[in-house]
Amino acid sequence: MYSEKVVDHFTNPRNVGEIENADGIGQVGNPVCGDIMKIYLKIENNIITDVRFKTFGCGAAIATSSMATELIKGKTVEEALELSNKAVIEALEGLPPVKVHCSVLAEEAVKSAILDYYKKIGKDTTQLEKICKQGCCSCAHGHDNIEE
Amino acid sequence: MEKIRYFDHAATTSTKEEVLKEMIPYFTLNYGNASSIYSIGRKSKKAVEDSRDKIAKAINADSKEIYFTACGSESDNLAIKGVAYANKERGNHIITTKIEHPAVLNTCKKLETQGFIVTYLNVNEDGLISLKELEEAITDKTILISIMFANNEIGTIQPIKEIGEIAKTHKIYFHTDAVQAIGNIRIDVKELNIDLLSMSAHKFYGPKGMGALYVKTGIKFEKIQDGGHQERNKRAGTENVAGIVGIGKAIELAYENFDEYNEKLTELRDYYISQVEEKIPYIKINGHRQKRLPGNANISFKFIEGEGLLLNLDMKGICASSGSACTSGSLDPSHVLLAIGLPHEIAHGSLRITFGDDNTKEDVDFLVNTLVEVVERLRNMSPLYEDFIKNR
Repeated sequence: MYSEKVVDHFTNPRNVGEIENADGIGQVGNPVCGDIMKIYLKIENNIITDVRFKTFGCGAAIATSSMATELIKGKTVEEALELSNKAVIEALEGLPPVKVHCSVLAEEAVKSAILDYYKKIGKDTTQLEKICKQGCCSCAHGHDNIEE
Repeated sequence: MEKIRYFDHAATTSTKEEVLKEMIPYFTLNYGNASSIYSIGRKSKKAVEDSRDKIAKAINADSKEIYFTACGSESDNLAIKGVAYANKERGNHIITTKIEHPAVLNTCKKLETQGFIVTYLNVNEDGLISLKELEEAITDKTILISIMFANNEIGTIQPIKEIGEIAKTHKIYFHTDAVQAIGNIRIDVKELNIDLLSMSAHKFYGPKGMGALYVKTGIKFEKIQDGGHQERNKRAGTENVAGIVGIGKAIELAYENFDEYNEKLTELRDYYISQVEEKIPYIKINGHRQKRLPGNANISFKFIEGEGLLLNLDMKGICASSGSACTSGSLDPSHVLLAIGLPHEIAHGSLRITFGDDNTKEDVDFLVNTLVEVVERLRNMSPLYEDFIKNR
């Protein structure tokens, strides 16, 4: 069962929405698996000043997206890149084992949005692309990745 | 705590007070083993046989054609394995469908590892099998056709009489998993040419842990649980006398009130569907519009995922179920929804509502109003919906 924190973030998700003219947008997951996360970043002077998300998915997918946005808001881009799925799980006081992939998706969504930001500002993305191929379209369910 | 509104009667129902009242003495006063010779044993035996009579009467069978089991799944196992093992000299081919309950599907899969060959029939977008495909699937090795009476997820009712006729013509045994149908549809096993039929008490206000199997006289089937000689040597194990009393009483009550109950459920179902159609855009109603169980409504809400929907409904005290992968505990959404051709993302957003005795029209209003709110909230959170609106 879900922890109180997960229920809280699922019931009252933080930072839901879109950002117009976002500096970075990342989308991961696919509808076949039943989860898609999309993250919008507003970045000023290398600081994430605003972050919004939209998620199609189960309670855990929504809660991990919400928590991930909270964890990176106000942080530098480099700090946000350090966000791990474990940190998301810890902050949510645990996830059921079958839902761990949701936290992986949240981590990848953040990385994917930063990758987009790096591309926009013309920064070298070779390192980041190694971690985050194809916009991180991962699926812990074991389906083949589906290209858009 | 919100008031609980229960819309999951296909999962289980409450045990009716009258049923429980009849069961209780068989735990305490008349606890005798039905196989014992003394008075309280004989009382138990009589209670068992009275219940058997009630079940037989309900489906127009003979009492000696009814076998008690511990659940619907056991009935399916006993029917399919029992016929397969006892008739393997005649052939090794079984025909079933892609939308059966796991109790049938996984039993067939097990038999495939033991030298049996199984054909899984397709269904159309309404969930109906094709009689032509069924006929074409029959070979001289076919010994059994097992097709569910009505589907547990989408409620579609199969053309059972026609299937029974085909089976009879080809001299093949016909089993139907009627777990969802009993108490909702009148079943006459003779008229419908049914050779074996599974049922489960807790789907019609009886106790959990109690099932029954009808097997037509003369049909060869082998027992799958070895032990004593109970149930005319077809199902070993001391009779669950209280449970047996419960299933008998439950079926009796269901038939006392049959038409009224059906009418009530049909009305609630149709009202719910029409309200959702009126108030929520971008939905898909799953299953056949007319040939469906009176209490079943299965609707996909596009752009959202079922588990999120269920959690939100639960917060308002609403109990329902979904065919999303997250709620099935497996990797994929419901095999039934995929078999009727739904794309994964629409299957993920399905909501099954199954009505019962305790529901009212006011409950439906509450449900629909809650759904309007929750679906909108989840859609506003969904990137799929965002894309849809932008590309419109």
